[in-house]
Amino acid sequence: MKRATWKSGIGGFLVLLPSLALLAVFVYWFIAKTVYSSLTDWGRDPAQALALKPVLRFIGLDNYRELFTGLIDGRFRQDMVSTLFFTFFFILGCLSLGLVLAILVDRKPRGEGLFRSIFLFPFSLSFVVTGTIWRWLLQPKGGINRLPTLVGLPPGDFAWLTSRQQVWRFDWSLLPLFFALLLALLFAFLALSALRAGRRRGAGIAAVSALLLGLWALGPGRSLKLLDFPELHGFNLAFIGILVAAIWQMAGYTMALYLAGLRGIPEELREAALVDGATEWQIHTRIILPLLAPVTLSAMIILGHISLKIFDLVFAMAGPDNGSTDVPALLMFITTFRGNQFAKGAAIGVILLVLVAVIILPYLRSQLRREELS
Amino acid sequence: MRGRTRGRARASQPWPTYPVLAAATCFFLLPVYMMLVTALKQPIDINLDTAWSLPASLNWSSFSQALAAFLPKLRNSFVLAISATAISALLGSLNGYVLSKWAFPGSRALFAFMLFGMFIPYQAILIPLFGFIKAIGLYGSIWGLVLVHVVYGLPITTLIFRNYYAEIPDSLVESTQIDGAGFFGIYRWVVFPLSMPAFVVVVIWQFTQIWNEFLFAVSLSNPGSQPITVALAQLSGGEAVKWNLPMAGALLAALPTLLVYVLFGKYFIRGLLAGSVKG
Amino acid sequence: MKRFMAVVLVLVCVFLFAAQSASAQGKLEIFSWWAGDEGPALQALIDRYSTLYPTIGVVNSTVTGGSGVNARAVLKTRMLGGDPPDSFQVHAGQELIGTWVVAKRMEDLAPLFKSEGWTAKFPAGLVALLSSKGGIWSVPVNIHRSNVLWYLPAKLKEWGVTAPKTWDEFLSTCAALRAKGLQSPLVVGESWTYQHLWESVALGVLGPDDWSALWSGKLKFNDPKAVKVWETFGKVLSYANADASGLSWQQATDRLVKGDAAFNIMGDWAAGYMVTTLKLKPNADFGWAASPGTAGVFMMLSDSFGIPLGVKNHDAAVKWIKLLASKEGQDIFNPLKGSIAARLDSDMTKYNAYSQSAAKDWQSGKIVGSLVHGAVAPESFNSQFGTVMDIFLNGMNAKAAANAAQAIADQVGLGK
Repeated sequence: MKRATWKSGIGGFLVLLPSLALLAVFVYWFIAKTVYSSLTDWGRDPAQALALKPVLRFIGLDNYRELFTGLIDGRFRQDMVSTLFFTFFFILGCLSLGLVLAILVDRKPRGEGLFRSIFLFPFSLSFVVTGTIWRWLLQPKGGINRLPTLVGLPPGDFAWLTSRQQVWRFDWSLLPLFFALLLALLFAFLALSALRAGRRRGAGIAAVSALLLGLWALGPGRSLKLLDFPELHGFNLAFIGILVAAIWQMAGYTMALYLAGLRGIPEELREAALVDGATEWQIHTRIILPLLAPVTLSAMIILGHISLKIFDLVFAMAGPDNGSTDVPALLMFITTFRGNQFAKGAAIGVILLVLVAVIILPYLRSQLRREELS
Repeated sequence: MRGRTRGRARASQPWPTYPVLAAATCFFLLPVYMMLVTALKQPIDINLDTAWSLPASLNWSSFSQALAAFLPKLRNSFVLAISATAISALLGSLNGYVLSKWAFPGSRALFAFMLFGMFIPYQAILIPLFGFIKAIGLYGSIWGLVLVHVVYGLPITTLIFRNYYAEIPDSLVESTQIDGAGFFGIYRWVVFPLSMPAFVVVVIWQFTQIWNEFLFAVSLSNPGSQPITVALAQLSGGEAVKWNLPMAGALLAALPTLLVYVLFGKYFIRGLLAGSVKG
Repeated sequence: MKRFMAVVLVLVCVFLFAAQSASAQGKLEIFSWWAGDEGPALQALIDRYSTLYPTIGVVNSTVTGGSGVNARAVLKTRMLGGDPPDSFQVHAGQELIGTWVVAKRMEDLAPLFKSEGWTAKFPAGLVALLSSKGGIWSVPVNIHRSNVLWYLPAKLKEWGVTAPKTWDEFLSTCAALRAKGLQSPLVVGESWTYQHLWESVALGVLGPDDWSALWSGKLKFNDPKAVKVWETFGKVLSYANADASGLSWQQATDRLVKGDAAFNIMGDWAAGYMVTTLKLKPNADFGWAASPGTAGVFMMLSDSFGIPLGVKNHDAAVKWIKLLASKEGQDIFNPLKGSIAARLDSDMTKYNAYSQSAAKDWQSGKIVGSLVHGAVAPESFNSQFGTVMDIFLNGMNAKAAANAAQAIADQVGLGK
């Protein structure tokens, strides 16, 4: 890396300045404004909501409190649960399909270039286009449900996007308990690995944290009541349709990432393993998959952040009024532009931002630190 | 990196390979078949019972109808995508040049500062953005959208160029400096001429992203400046939808990016595989 | 360097290409959600306007989406963005008043009503709904009725039942039909049609006075009387088709016509659809009655146009409003749309049998406003009512839904 002289350092900074200034405003200043809006009452009173110069009152975290524990914001809570399920299955589906396709294409079958193009082309489409096509395909009385009839079987009768079925239901008040248990497990795992690495103090801290979280979860956590009444949330089966369309769109991109990763694995490793008598399966699970871990991580981060803010696809596939396929980004749009509740919409936006930041910031930090070290 | 010898012969694949690939191909091409077939049917013939059958007669009028409805929006999309891509690519190239070749204390922090903007959910800034665009008088104008896309495209273009320029040997830059070239001289004579592959990746990526973008388009445009994604969403959001029109519209909307992908995809994939766009 | 210049050249060309903007002589931009089947009626009005004022170019901006859900969002961004259309379609009543009038964004049309003498030409109950704080805020183009029960007389005869007059009768009739093998005697469609059904049930259970009391804040949603609405609604839904979410309202009507269902509650645009698109004859092929329990009550909704403050083409907009409120304008529009004119002096010979019967009910019946179609509640309530409906549909818990509805009413300040 070329080290700059003082003068050209200033020069470099000046070249960057317009971009820095623009991003400072369009990203950071706007985020600050959104956070501020979310702490006001903008939109509660229709007279104030759309007025030319609305008078805003600061109300602190009320909007957030309502979103998480208020009576009428059950839709938001279901959206959060839906998003978690959706993200999980979306990443799982893309990674699996992308990996399988990458391994197969990497073997250089006949027509490799053609296969690669076919698998990758959906990535060039807009989510709106994808949503439009799949909406037509997933109509309950046509499209995919009619496929079995082509081979003489009875038509499928799953309602796809209009399904109201929900599985794996749990009460909202149990959510902190789940999270605490999850964190406790994570800490226990960290404690074990720290112990193995010989870091006694780190292991001790982690173990104690795990214990405390676990005790809280099984004790006081169980009687925590976030809402006045039980509110069940679960995985809406209507999301299966959205998952199919989303995986159709993004699996090719994941495949490309894995292909790049596979190219980086030296052939000699594989040949050496074959000589040692390993089976194909063992080669894949013991050697290749671990070596692909960085790619997997990258892909998870990118796919995760796409799925957390997914909007266009759901809007095009199910419209803004289909309760079973609602996602936070869509809710934010409707709350703001239809319900005129600007402050609450801003709060949803901030929550989305926090979710994304929790994933992205550690990743960015580790990537940049890795660069520094190399 | 290319230490792998392509030892495995093409013909001898493990037996599941081709069937799995064929199944995957069906899955990926199914929607395309459906889209084409539906777009070419007469509206009367489009019903759910016969969705999979081929059209009785080729109804090209869906395309002409969609085109007529879409033409002004297509123009908007082109203006938007081309301008915003060009500007953000240029700025990203300059930024990447600075960050890779003229690093100064704190430049890495500034880079992180810029990069974070790539990941934020746009819902988190939509309302202030809306107010800002309106305040500077660009609401409803295509140039408001151009500005927005340029700004939010800066992080990714900077990233791609920075990673790419990092590969240019410092010795090359230094020898040019010894010859008397300064900051812009080096850019003009050494860096810019070498940037073609990076420009290709950036242009393809930005063009596709901007062409396909929906949220800003739907919030910041008026019927005169609407890009095509918004028009398409409205076409299929209506009441008794005659599906041949949205299908034809979807094909038309997808055509430019598909073409870009088909013509330049090789370079794009090469860029992807070289790690330029792994986020 | 050459490439650099090429890029700059491209930019310049793009800029020039894009810089061509049309500047018409006079302009009028109309914003509505009348596309598709409803387009011809609007077009006829626009054509008339162009004939009267040939120097004014009319821009017909439509945003598709049932009952205007998408259009309202687009309108919002435009109004907030300082680019209001010269006149926009809006449901008469609280949808306009509770959203834009309270925010002081609309021009008061009371002077126009006075100078043109319109107050006498519209029913008093309607003008009351259009008014707020002494001003009148929009001009009604048409009237639609929400509480209508549709059926095929021939099929009912075949099954040996008659159109029910109360909701209890409805439930027993449906039970009888189910016994005869008709699995889903009632056909419903996607989300907003559920709400449409709900308001007929509510009107039937509460009666017109209590219905209005809900919206003025005098009757609470979790009052036992109002909770009963949800309980009845749940029972009614048990006779509805399971695949409702995937059907548009036209597809639901198709089911009725095909004979797969016996009853459908829908606004009288269904008549327009059955006559114009399905080519059926009123009375001969399809029949109607007031929704069970609502005989003598006309639950109305009206599409109307107003003028936002600060529009670019004010004169052209006023001319549009005058055309809309005139007898001529209303009689051009409504026969094509399938609705009836809001004016009391329209020429009834231009209307079909259904419309004539509706007009009689309009002139003699008790007028209340529709919830779903924006007459009695502001947008902030309406857009969240869908959540209440979701809560109910997910658990069939009447109390929970009633509490949720009251919570929203409190938050929105309903009736204040």
